[in-house]
Parts: sequence; structure tokens; C-alpha cells
Amino acid sequence: MDTNPKNPPIDRIDGRQKVTGAAKYFAEFDLPNMAYCVIVGSEIARGTMARIDTKKAAGAPGVLGVFTHENMPPIPGWDAPVGGQADGPPPKPKTEETYRILSSPKILFDGQPIAMVVADTFERATYAASLIKAIYTRQPSKTDLRKYLANGVMPGGAQGADYSRGKPDAYQSAPVQLEANYTIPIEVHNPMELHGILAHWTGEKQLMIYAKTQGVNATQQAMAQAFKIDPKNIQVHTEFMGGGFGMGLRTWPQETAVVAIARKIGRPVKLMVHRSQMFTLVGHRPYTVQTIQMGADTNGKLVGLAHAATAETASYEDFTEATVNMTKFMYACPNVSTRYRIVRLDRGVPIWMRGPGEATGAFALESAMDEMAHKLGLDPIEFRLRNYTETDPEHNRPYSSKHLKEAYQKGAEAIGWSNRKSQPGSSREGDWLIGYGMSTGTFNAFRWQANARALLKADGSLTVQSAVTDIGPGTGTALTMIAHNVLGVPIDRIKVEYGDTSLPNAPTQGGSAIVSAVGSAVFDVCTAIKKELIELAVQSAGPLAGQKPEALTLADGLLSVETDPSKKVAVAELMRSHNRMVIDKSGESKGGPNLQNYSMYSFSVHFVQVRVNPLTGVVRVSKAVSVADSGRIVSPKTAASQMIGGVTGGIGMALTEEAVIDHRFGRFVNNNLADYHVAVHADVPAIETIFIDKPDPYINPMGAKGMGEIALIGFAGAVANAVFNATGQRVRDLPITPDKLLRTA
Amino acid sequence: MNPFRYTRVTTPKAAIAAVIQEGGTYFLAGGTNLIDLVKREVILPEKLVDITKLPLATIEKTATGIRIGALAKNSAVADHALVQKQFPLLAMALNAGASAQLRNMATVGGNMMQRTRCSYFYDPSMPCNKRSPVQSGPDKGQPNGPAGCGAIGGFNRMHAIFGGSGKCIAVHPSDMCVALAALDARVNVAGPKGERTIPFTDFHRLPGDRPQNDNTLLPGELILSVDLPTNAFAEHSHYLKVRDRASYAFALVSVGVGLKMNENTIQEARLAMGGVAHKPWRLTEVEQFLQGQPATEVTFRQAATLAMKGAKGYGENDFKLTLAPNALIDALKTATKTA
Repeated sequence: MDTNPKNPPIDRIDGRQKVTGAAKYFAEFDLPNMAYCVIVGSEIARGTMARIDTKKAAGAPGVLGVFTHENMPPIPGWDAPVGGQADGPPPKPKTEETYRILSSPKILFDGQPIAMVVADTFERATYAASLIKAIYTRQPSKTDLRKYLANGVMPGGAQGADYSRGKPDAYQSAPVQLEANYTIPIEVHNPMELHGILAHWTGEKQLMIYAKTQGVNATQQAMAQAFKIDPKNIQVHTEFMGGGFGMGLRTWPQETAVVAIARKIGRPVKLMVHRSQMFTLVGHRPYTVQTIQMGADTNGKLVGLAHAATAETASYEDFTEATVNMTKFMYACPNVSTRYRIVRLDRGVPIWMRGPGEATGAFALESAMDEMAHKLGLDPIEFRLRNYTETDPEHNRPYSSKHLKEAYQKGAEAIGWSNRKSQPGSSREGDWLIGYGMSTGTFNAFRWQANARALLKADGSLTVQSAVTDIGPGTGTALTMIAHNVLGVPIDRIKVEYGDTSLPNAPTQGGSAIVSAVGSAVFDVCTAIKKELIELAVQSAGPLAGQKPEALTLADGLLSVETDPSKKVAVAELMRSHNRMVIDKSGESKGGPNLQNYSMYSFSVHFVQVRVNPLTGVVRVSKAVSVADSGRIVSPKTAASQMIGGVTGGIGMALTEEAVIDHRFGRFVNNNLADYHVAVHADVPAIETIFIDKPDPYINPMGAKGMGEIALIGFAGAVANAVFNATGQRVRDLPITPDKLLRTA
Repeated sequence: MNPFRYTRVTTPKAAIAAVIQEGGTYFLAGGTNLIDLVKREVILPEKLVDITKLPLATIEKTATGIRIGALAKNSAVADHALVQKQFPLLAMALNAGASAQLRNMATVGGNMMQRTRCSYFYDPSMPCNKRSPVQSGPDKGQPNGPAGCGAIGGFNRMHAIFGGSGKCIAVHPSDMCVALAALDARVNVAGPKGERTIPFTDFHRLPGDRPQNDNTLLPGELILSVDLPTNAFAEHSHYLKVRDRASYAFALVSVGVGLKMNENTIQEARLAMGGVAHKPWRLTEVEQFLQGQPATEVTFRQAATLAMKGAKGYGENDFKLTLAPNALIDALKTATKTA
């Protein structure tokens, strides 16, 4: 494995289960005596409930309980408030409000749960919920970020700090200057599977949970803290997830409430929220306004760059993301400053959404790079190459690996970049304008700590275990490939068990970090098994007795001398002869000093061709090529799928997705899948994915960096840049809907 | 959702009788819109009368054209050989609507009866005169949530630029109806007082002071069928739907065009727009103007200017004042094959 050979494409290990319906999602678990919970949400965004009438609901058929702030069972771990956040450390500075679900008649955001109704069937719970009527005392609500930009506060933590190198405002002295504002609307994850939880108290202090979480261990910890019980007595199961995209990255207050209610009524309780509640109860990509100030000399060298972002958060919790980070290290620019602020509004708290803040920031930075290239009369790729950096200018250290130049070149060839005309609006096919655009994306390549266990049996089969949840990218498939590479066990003899806290601890599935983290743990435990096999072979009588361990190779169930394959022993035979029916290895894996010595990032380049109808303003992405420089690709087939999914999300971000609030009421006006437009098949052309597929020498033994985020980061910018190339119109506010092109025409 | 009774009927007569018996009774056909409205408490029915077993799903040739039964599924109509051959505009419009799954459930009559997609109408906590009429009464509807118009001064990106009133600027969401309005369809209905025929362009109405009434049906009237007269527009038909995504989205603006051409001259024209008014917006004045005109961009631009007479924006939908005439030009180009 030291040389990290390229991996063959293998089928998704859970593909058959998924397409046949055998894969079981949380809501498909049914338990005896199970009850159903339905949430009633506030109809106002700010104010107080003067009265809530639950009498009718309580008397409705099948109702087992109606819970409001008047009778919500206590959540013991929440008695001593930890600040503004239900499941984490207190924020700095302190937030204005505290939100505890069903603890007060105070309303802090639209859709805030005001009652949770439990009945013996989902239908009866839904009906009873509809009978609950609240009388509100409405207060003016602040939901429009654009109106309250001046209220921005500097959040605590590393992400909140202002950054500066070189001379501030150096861009002002540059011969060519650019200043532009970019906005990202509220986007909602909207995975197909709805959010929820099934909670079952199997004993006084014993809890079984089926949840829609991206991290079973995280949910286990959150519940242990909330209910003051030993995490060991809480089992959380999430083997399959119908799309997470970030909404399952935390335990939401309503999940904890369901657990409390299940204890109170003494029955298992299942909650599955309504689609409209996906807009209010499980986070969103925050509305963000950005300004880029850029200066370049006439040779196309960046002189100064400033990036400021202001994003919305809730009144009761500070949410931050790495919106301006890319600007700090992407280009060789001596004078760079960034500034990040948040504005507390009467809104539910945001959460990371695929690509998170980096996707928001990349849209601004990479649009601005395109605008500047145009001002300079330079090809956008050439402009990026003139400002290319081989070392990380933010941390003054080398990148662990960076093959971005190759990515630019490969993507340009695949899209037919030479067909791009530098003069905007000068390429037509019939009535349609044609344009080409490109953009760069980047995201941290992490190496988190993770545990794994592997069991090799004498029958030649291997079981690999980790608590990690596979939210869809093909984690199980990648882990299979890694185990196969180390131990040579055939793919179909490897079983991966995941998504349950009874398995070795693993980090939350997120941050494009799981192949690196859990994959390394699997690599390590499989390597330990291999080492033991080799020891058995060389230390005992047999064909390999006395051989040097490093001279041996392991493949297809055979241990042999690499230079003399006739000297060999079957692993099964070796194990049986030593009366070892199983070799069982567990362990923790984490990165070493290289994490400090190198800057580790994945990179992507997106190329698109668009067609724009100048009469109707309709934009179609007609070609898309995405190139990933994410180290060695462990599972090429699922990695390509992940890339295709990210680009599809990117098309939505660029052209269609926007959750709209009527700020007079503080309420969404398009909180359903008919009016909130995720990209559909007809919006998505064939997507070409290209992998540089060169191992990163420092991050982990596989040489693999993350994929999930960079598939989306930058894509929207590529579309906006292509629209400019097609039309000469620059749209800086996403999504690029027909009205915007007609307005700027 | 309020509890309601459900009955299934097998004759139009029984259906009509069941509906006039008491207020708050609704015919249930494909249910693709009605069930949503019930679940979201936009309407609070007392009784649903299931008419899906009525023998009204036939599509047949008649002496003057074709007759489409009110219960024919949208997909069945769009796929029908006679429709595709003689009335391609209708097939195109149907296929531009909703999704394949919905078209397999939705009926022709139900499509005509679907309510607006205005966000304020769908949220009973928001003001809406259509959902909660000021003048309420037995046949004028019951109040449900605050009255007023949320869209005026609010999120009106999808809303009307023609024929709105101070009470309502909602649009009718159907694509099919745009084609039927353009193609001189007639609607056959039966009611307590017998049968009658309504020209399609008179079937839907403008909001005026009674936005709760989408159409001119009288209490208890049931749609039986739609007649389409034979025409000479098949070769030069086009339905252009401009929307926010390529499928499964309501029209920002749509245009249905049917032309009879002689070489490069337009001999006869049929034009209607969707997404611009409380009803399919037939453009008779433009049709008259186009008669005898050469199919040129100049002609189309003049037609587009004429079409916009009386148009009015409400802020977020101002772009439709540009989009609608442009879409008309684009559709005419395609229909005349001059694009």
C-alpha cells in the first residue's frame, strides 16, 4: 500500500439493498406499542403566545399526550443552562436569547415548536395537532438580513477573528480595481428523507434510538448529557440515511424532546417532521452578503484582496462557518484581509449545508476573479495561473499536495475551453447565447481521530466495523476497498458493519473527512492483522518459516514471498494450523506531526458551458466538467457519484434554490418542494468527472483527501461566470433566475 | 384538517344531487390539488363526493372535432393520437405541466378547477381574500384566516400583470387551460337546472371583488366534457413555458400559439398566455392584428407590444412586463419556424 496504486471501480456495497428497499431508514423501524409525535409550529416569528388551547387535541381519538411549555417533561441536563446552545459550550459573546424547546411561551422564530402531540397512529397525531390553536401577541420580527447588516457582531472562536497580512486596503493603490457585492439566499438542505427520531426507553436508564443523524456517537453524547445517563446505556442506530447534506450534523432540540416525551408516556415514540418543517427546524444555509475588493497590476498579479461577509444567525445561538477562509490561502497575494460578521435575527439557527461557508465564499471570490480577469483582458485560467501559489500564504508552509494546475488543464480540455470567446455575448447557436465559465473550489482535508475493528476469520471472510454512518457517499464501499487493499481478502468476502454506537467510535460523517479518518483506522487494524499473520507464518514451521516479514506479500488469501511466489501459505490454512479461528484487532487512528507541518486541502475545478435565451432569460447548463484533486481515489465509482451529486446541488445553488421569507410576517412563502426548486433531471446535463488521482504523501496511509464538499464548492461561480461570458451580464445574487437577467438587461 | 364525509357516486345526476345537498361539499377527481388543500386547511370540507367512477373519461372524435371527457387523465389526453395529430398545442401544454406522476392522476376537469398556487392562499395564517372572502355567506365561501391580499406589497414574483384587482392578483396555474383557451374549446356542464355549454374563455373569471370565485360555474354544476373544434393550426403550434427550472415548476409566463400559415403569411392566429392573469389570458386583439401579416420579427414585436396593453407590475413581478412580450416573440418565432 506504500505506493498507493490506483483502485479499480467497484460497485456500491449497499447498492442492491438500497434499490430493492432492503436498506432500512430510521422511520422504517416499527416497535411494539409505538406512538407517533407531530409538532405544531409557531405562526409568528417573534412574540409571545398569550394562550394555547390544547383541550380539543387532548380529547381527540387516540391521543396519548399533548405537550406544551405548560407541561413539558423536564430535560435534566438542561436544568443548568449552558448558554445559548442546547448541546454545546456557551457562545461568546453571550447571545440575546436562550431557546429551550417547549419551555416558555416566548417565540423566537417562525415554526418554533409550540406543541408536540402524541397519538397511537401518525394520522391521529396529525389530526389532533391540527386542532391546536394559539393566540399570539405579535412583536415586530427581524428576519431580513439586508436590513440589519449594521447589527453584525464579531463571533467568538477562530472563525470570527479578522485576518490580515501585508498592507490593509492595498487594493486601493492597484492600477486595476474591483469592488463588488455578492449574496447567497437562504438555502435548505431538503434531502428526500425527512428528519426525525424514534426513541425507545428499554429500561429506567436504558435508551435505544433510531435517528436521522450524521453521527451516532454525537447523538449518543448529546442524549447522555440531556438525560444525565451513561452514554454506554444509550444505543443509537443510523445505518442508512436518505441524504444529510449537513442537516444531521447536530442533535436538534425536538429530538431531545421526543426522548423526554417517550419516557413520560412510557412508550416508544417516533417523530417524522412535515416537509414544511424541514425549512424551520433543521437548519439551512444562512443568507450571506459579501463584498470583495480586489486590486491587480497590469501584468495580472494580485496586489490586494479584501473579503468581507455578513451572515444571519438566530437570536439564541451563534452559528459560524468558514465563508472567508478560501481568500486567505487560495492565491499568491501579498496583501489580504478578511472580515466575518453575524447578525442575530428572529430566525431558526442555520447549520452547515454541503460545501458549507466555503461554497458561499467561493461564489464571491471566484466570481470576482472572473470579473477581474475580464477587466485585465486575461483568460480566467491564465489570471489564476499568474497568481498560483505552491505554498500556503496564510500559514507559510507547504501544501501536503496540490495538483491544481493539472486540474485546470484537464478540465479545460474536457469542456472545450478553446471554444470560449473572450468577448462576452459573441457566441450563438440559433437564438441561444453560449458561454463558458470556470471556477476553483477548495476545502480542508482533515484527519480526524477514529476507531475501527476488523475480524479476519479462518473461513477467509473479513468483517470491518465502525460506528460511522454512511450518509450516502459510499463510505462502506470505500472502507471495503481499503480493507481489501491491505489484506487481499476478496471484495465479496468483506462485510462492513456501520451506523451503530455498539461499534467502535467514529466521528460524525461530515467535513469530507470520513475516508481519511475512519479509512485510516480500518487501514491500521487491517495492517495489524496482516502483521500478525506474517508473524505466525515466519515464526512457525512451514513454507515461510524464517522469511523476513517485509519480504512477504498478501493477496487473494495467500501469503507468499514476493520474489519467490512458490513459497506460500494459504491464510486460512495458516490460521487453522495455529488454531486461530479469528484474528480480531481494534484500534484508534489519528494523524501525526504532518498535520502541523503541511497545509492540507482538497481542490476542485469546475467548468461549465451554458446556454442562455436572451429573450426569456432562461439559463441551461449544457455541459459540466468537474475535476477533483483529492488525493488517491479509494473508490472511483462512488467518488464519481459523489461528484455528480455535488454538481447537481451546485446547479440548484446557481440557478434555482432560494427559500423566500415575507419579512412582514417573518414566514416562508415557498416551504414545499413545488415552490422551493431543487434541480430536477431536466436541469442536469451529463456530468463529466475527472480525478487527478495522485496520492497525498502526508495525510493518511491511503493518500486520500476528501471529496464531498469540493464537488459543490465553486460550482455556482462557474455558472455565473459562464452566464457573463454568454451575455455580458454579471449576476451577483444567487440564484440566477430568468427575472434577474431580464432586470439587468 | 376537519373531519369530512366521503361518498362515491356513479352517475352525474347523483353527483350533482350530493353536492347541492349541503354547503362545503366538493367533487373529488384526481385529488392532486384538492387533497393538498384539505391537508393544509385551505379548504375545510364537510363532504367529498368521489366522482372517479363516473363514465366521463372518454376521448372521442365528433362531427366538429373531438370531445374530451372531464375525467380523462392529463397523461391520457397528452398521449392520445387524435390530440397529438390535430391539437399538438394541447399535448405540448399538458406535458409542460406538473410531473409525470401528477399527470397520471390529474383529470381534465380537475385541471380546470385547480386553485391558484399563491403562497398566501396556501397559508391560513396569512391574509388572503380568495381563501377568506370579505363578503362571506353560504355561496360566497366561509372566512378562513385573515382577509386581505398578502401578495400585494409582498412576494408577488409569480403573480398577475393583467386583470388583477385590489383584492387579488393571483394567477391561474394551469398550462392545459392556456391551450384550451387558445383553441376555442367549449365546456359542457350539467347542474341542478340541466346542461349548458360555456365558451372556455368565459369559464375562468377575473378576481374583481369576488376572488373566491375562480370560475363561472354555478353551485352544483359538474364538468362533463370539453369540446375542441377542428382547426388548421396543427402545423404551426407551439407552447412555450418559461419557468425557474426545466421541469416541475409553475410558469413565470407561458404562451400558447396556434397559427394557420400560407407560405410566410399568417392567415389566422390563436394566442393565449399563462402565468399572467387570474384566468388563461386570450389575446384576441393580437390575433386580429396578426391576420394577414408576414411572419417577421417586426410583426412579432408589434404583436408583443399590442399584447401588453393594460399590463401592470406589482414590484417583484415587474420583470414579467419584459418577459411576457419576449416570450410571445419567442413562441411566434418557433411556431412560424422562423427561429
